[in-house]
Amino acid sequence: MDALTAHLDELGHGLVTTVHLTVVTTIGALLLGVVVATLRVCPVPLLRSVGTVYVEVLQNLPLLALLVLFVFALPTIGITFPLFTSAAIVIAAYEGAYLAEAIRAGINTVGVGQAEAARAIGLTFSQSLRYVILPQGLRAVVQPMGNICIALLMNTSLAAAVGVVELTQAANNVNLVEAQPIAVFTGAGLAYMLLALLIGRLAGTLERRWAIVR
Amino acid sequence: MAPTATPDLAGRTGRIRPDRPMVAVRGLQKWFGPLHVLKDVDLTVAAGEVVVVVGPSGSGKSTLCRCLNRLEVTSAGDIEIDGEPLPAEGRKLARLRADVGMVFQSFNLFGHRTVLDNVTLGPVRVRRVPRAEAREQGLALLDRVGIADKADHYPAQLSGGQQQRAAIARALAMRPKVLLFDEPTSALDPEMVNEVLDVMVSLAAEGMTMIVVTHEMGFARRAADRVVFMDDGRIVESGTPDEFFAAPSTERARDFLSKILQH
Ligand SMILES: Nc1ncnc2c1ncn2[C@@H]1O[C@H](COP(=O)(O)OP(=O)(O)O)[C@@H](O)[C@H]1O
Ligand SMILES: [Mg+2]
Repeated sequence: MDALTAHLDELGHGLVTTVHLTVVTTIGALLLGVVVATLRVCPVPLLRSVGTVYVEVLQNLPLLALLVLFVFALPTIGITFPLFTSAAIVIAAYEGAYLAEAIRAGINTVGVGQAEAARAIGLTFSQSLRYVILPQGLRAVVQPMGNICIALLMNTSLAAAVGVVELTQAANNVNLVEAQPIAVFTGAGLAYMLLALLIGRLAGTLERRWAIVR
Repeated sequence: MAPTATPDLAGRTGRIRPDRPMVAVRGLQKWFGPLHVLKDVDLTVAAGEVVVVVGPSGSGKSTLCRCLNRLEVTSAGDIEIDGEPLPAEGRKLARLRADVGMVFQSFNLFGHRTVLDNVTLGPVRVRRVPRAEAREQGLALLDRVGIADKADHYPAQLSGGQQQRAAIARALAMRPKVLLFDEPTSALDPEMVNEVLDVMVSLAAEGMTMIVVTHEMGFARRAADRVVFMDDGRIVESGTPDEFFAAPSTERARDFLSKILQH
């Protein structure tokens, strides 16, 4: 216990960084997910392919490899971001692919009749999506999206590999000083668990609030 | 308010304007892969005219309707709405669809929006009507189809007949030039059929141009100017309801009528 209390400051910073990274990345991943899912169902074959390639590439590479590539390869062509920004971009891009697939599954739960009725009153493709299909499709997959956000939270720990001092890295640093891995990582683990519970709760609440009367 | 009772349709001569074809279909062909579903269909519907389309299941009635607002892409032939050729895609097509109302067998109301929001979506987003005005007009339309008290309900809270009347109000809100109905009462319990048909009859009486796929021969008798009989992808017979029901000229039509009139 002393190992934890003696380093509350450091661990607290790590926790804040983890939460910050999670929030920023979730927002980015949600936006990307909607855009990519839209590409995957749009009527233009080329755009559909772009969406498919995006999802296939990002889902079939390890996040750690993507992080390392992004952080160490880009500077060789003259592009550098702060480490936190780099990690946020890569994690958002990666989780965006998973969210896109969940959102696409949601879109597929909306009957074709809805899209036809939307087109029949003169809505364009993007209007149908925005006002009719997505509002119903997203509601159908709030829970799976919540689970992806929890996975995202856990995956932020990989940012440690590229030098971001988030909760896991902070715990590691503390452990290097105190050599009490069980206490330190149990503490960090509990913090992750609490955050995950929070996200799950939020998803549950949103799902209930947005439930469509049937 | 209940929907208007059967209006008197006598004395509506002059309602139809033969000089103004609202829908003109020429040489329409539709294939689904190897399946030839519409075979050289010609059909002209004048402004104000009410055409009822009948025919056995699978004869291509729905496909014809869906081609008219391009929910189905045609394989060959020309379609004009109010003198304008049907645009192939994009914004122009969306604009044309706004002028062609469609009422589906399965209602297809937007489940996440209230009845009133279903009705105002098109006017607000497509016609750019200010929201307050759209609401006012939407309420008036709901009143006219007899479900003003359901404005703030969700579709799933309505009976089938009420849902279909809401769907008609949604189509009317666009002020369409022509209304297409694809078996609007086929999914309804029998006791709800008439409340929907009554609304349709009153629309007909007011001069709305309508193409109605239905097996409700009572509606055809009350409201149709013309009955068109389809069989195997072709229009094989076309005439006034009196002509058609009294003396169908083709064997197929006689056969069809004998089957549906037994009930
Ligand atoms: N999307 C489709 N793909 C393949 N075949 C279809 C499709 N829609 C309709 N058909 C076929 O086209 C024919 C005509 O169908 P339809 O227009 O629905 O007839 P109706 O409305 O008169 O019952 C039927 O044989 C039907 O199976
Ligand atoms: Mg049909």
